[in-house]
Amino acid sequence: MARPAEHWSTRIGVIMAVAGSAVGLGNFLRFPGQAVNNGGGVFMIPYFCALLLLGIPVCWAEWTLGKAGGRLGYHSCPAILGALGRHRAWHYVGALGLLMPTVVYVYYVVIESWCLAYACHYALGRIDLGTAPGEYVARSAEFFRRLVGTDQDGLMIAGGLHPSVWFWIVTFALNFILIYRGISRGIERFCNIAMPAMALCAVAVLVRVLTLGTPDPARPDQNVLNGLGFMWNPKPVHAGENWVASLAEPKVWLAAAGQIFFTLSVGFGVIMNYASYLRPKDDIVLSSLTASATNETFEVCLGGLITIPAAFVFLGATGAVGGTFGLGFNTLPVVFEYMPAGRLFGFLWFFMLFLAAITSSLSLLQPVIAFLEEALHVGRQASVTILGLVTALGSLFVIYFSRDLAALDTLDFWTGNVGIFVLGTLEIIMLGWIFGAHRGHAVALEGAELRPPAWMFTVVMRYITPAYLLLVFALWCHWNAPAYLKTLAKGGVPLLSVGVIVTMLVFFLLMVHLASRRWGPLLARTRDVILVGGSEDRT
Amino acid sequence: MTLAGWVFMLCSLVLVLGLAIFCYVRVLFRPAATEHMHAPLDIDTGNGQP
Repeated sequence: MARPAEHWSTRIGVIMAVAGSAVGLGNFLRFPGQAVNNGGGVFMIPYFCALLLLGIPVCWAEWTLGKAGGRLGYHSCPAILGALGRHRAWHYVGALGLLMPTVVYVYYVVIESWCLAYACHYALGRIDLGTAPGEYVARSAEFFRRLVGTDQDGLMIAGGLHPSVWFWIVTFALNFILIYRGISRGIERFCNIAMPAMALCAVAVLVRVLTLGTPDPARPDQNVLNGLGFMWNPKPVHAGENWVASLAEPKVWLAAAGQIFFTLSVGFGVIMNYASYLRPKDDIVLSSLTASATNETFEVCLGGLITIPAAFVFLGATGAVGGTFGLGFNTLPVVFEYMPAGRLFGFLWFFMLFLAAITSSLSLLQPVIAFLEEALHVGRQASVTILGLVTALGSLFVIYFSRDLAALDTLDFWTGNVGIFVLGTLEIIMLGWIFGAHRGHAVALEGAELRPPAWMFTVVMRYITPAYLLLVFALWCHWNAPAYLKTLAKGGVPLLSVGVIVTMLVFFLLMVHLASRRWGPLLARTRDVILVGGSEDRT
Repeated sequence: MTLAGWVFMLCSLVLVLGLAIFCYVRVLFRPAATEHMHAPLDIDTGNGQP
């Protein structure tokens, strides 16, 4: 007997779920670092251009493809792309929509468990950076090194399970308990609670940071206003130039495009899956825009005002610059050590990061669960068990090869950076050229609370966004890929990590192959069903 | 903080918050299209009543 179709209970529920998927560590840690290193305030010009021409169009493309696929009863990326592309090859392309979320989940859940560990350690007062301020930075780095085991591979399981592994087990189990409960009772209900809680925690920390004033009278320059200035004052990328020259720097545009793509969670196949649970007359245009606006609020209004100014106030300009992990797990604990009531705000901050991470990691599981149910015709319990086993093995690989976070870094590069660009480009090409821009516009108009202009689909999504994406991707590969290929040539953990990705890809391709036999006869039937209200496909 | 810094920061915040407020007002305080638009079969003319 066919199982009842799953749907979102409320419109705000799907918005919270998509926004929860998008809001993650990148909003609070990656964005401020990218802005400071790429021109400060001037970074926002290429950032908003990328949002308009790249982020929002790809989001709309995913929502549209997902809704059209959901009408046919499909919820997974291979099934939706295969049905809408009307060719079996698209089933196999859709395997990328299973690979990306699975591999990203494998390492993301580990980072998520660090956030939980920090939150618990702050709550229990177990983070001790000593009494001498001169030692704070070194002791914070030492705490992080011991927590994640960056000194040597295998440290996490040497001589019994490391306490960090227990945090990983709790985090991993929590994800699967929530995902087992399904779309409306699990993901939607949790995101409806987690998103407002996250906003409250972030606002509490923001108020604390903005009211710090000048905490050390001996250093009057290190005050909140100068901290905000360090983040937002436009500055040249190269010393000696005018800040306007930053706009002529391709790397600034590239960084902005990468940040938008990363922050909106496009190119993972997640939004497509979530949108497939909408009802035919549900709005997608306003819902998509609201989810993107929520994500931007967390990123620009909270991430942009908290992290860098707080670090600047206590540590000065040199302490306020760093990568995502450096800023989040090394620098900020030092900031909380200096800050009055730092233990409370440290807990709030890391608990908020944990909520941000779990709403994202949940979204990474659902597309694969949907695929397993569709492809193997198994129930929720079996699909959750299969995915649990696959991701647990992958995640243990990341935990074991913890030295310098080499495994995590390699998996992130090839999937969280390269892979999402590839899938995002294929999705926009699917919408603009295969499914049809006019047909896509017609799907978007069904139940639309905002009517997007036709040219947004027929010009921007058909020509401008794909060209923008391809250009960005080519430049990015040109600058970044050689260094990673050299690392791979040396063998060791990076090569092994690529082996893990390839193994998972082969696994998913085999599953898609099995499933496509079942889906094949359905393709002909779906050819006409996807037409919307008699609209014409002019592509 | 320089004047240009204030301009970039405030413009970014206003743009993002303005978009978010606009979207949430539309979502929360205006009925969805499916609630205020009816297909012909949804409209009960009463002709079927005895």
